[in-house]
Amino acid sequence: MSAAILTFALGYAQLVLSLAACVAGVRILRGPRAQDRVLALDALYIIVMLVFLVTGMQLGTMFFFEAAMIVAAMGFVSSIALAKFLFRGEVIE
Amino acid sequence: MTPLAAIPLWLALPIAFLVMLGATLTLIGAIGFLRLGNFYDRLHAPTLATSWGMGGIVLGSLLLATQVEGRIILHELVIAFAILITAPVTLMLLGRAALHRDRSEGSAQLPESLRQRRSPETAENSESDE
Repeated sequence: MSAAILTFALGYAQLVLSLAACVAGVRILRGPRAQDRVLALDALYIIVMLVFLVTGMQLGTMFFFEAAMIVAAMGFVSSIALAKFLFRGEVIE
Repeated sequence: MTPLAAIPLWLALPIAFLVMLGATLTLIGAIGFLRLGNFYDRLHAPTLATSWGMGGIVLGSLLLATQVEGRIILHELVIAFAILITAPVTLMLLGRAALHRDRSEGSAQLPESLRQRRSPETAENSESDE
C-alpha cells in the first residue's frame, strides 16, 4: 500500500516537474529580452535540481543528492555571472 | 521498488503529500512565469519553486532517507539552506541588472519616477560602495 502511494506520488512529481521544466524552456525560447532568458535558466536549474532529488528518492540512492547539490551550486554561480554580464557587459572587471 | 515497500503507511502519506505539494507549487510558479506580462512581475514567479516547492521535496526526501537508513539524516537541509541563501541574491542582482538596462534605454515599462537616472552624488556614493 505505502509502496503504491509513494510510487504514485514520485511519478506524479516527476511528471509535473518535467512539465514545469518544459514551461521554463518555452520562456527561454520566447523571452523578449536577455534578462527573461537568464531568469528562466535560473528557474530551470532549480527545477532540474528538484527532479534529481525526486529521482534519488525513487531509486533509493545517495548519488542523486550530490548531483542535485552540484546543480544548485552551478546554477547560483552561472546566474550571478550572467546577471553581472547584463549589468556591465563583462563578468570579471 | 523494494526500499519503498518498507515505509510504514503513517510516514508514506506525509512524504507523498510533501512531494506532491512541492511539485505542484513548482509547476504553478512555472506557469505564472509563462503568463505574467512584465519582467518585474515575472521575477516573483520562480520564488514559488525556491521556497515551498523546494522545501516540500527536500522535507519529503529527508523523511524518506531517515526511514530507509534507520538514522537521522539531515544533509538534504544543506541544499535547502543553500537555495534559501542564494535565490534572493540571484533575483536581486537580476532585478537590478534589468532596472539598469531599462533605465539606460528609457524603457516605457518603468513608471515615470523610476525612469530618471540617479543624481550624480548618489551615483558617486554607490560607485564608491562597490
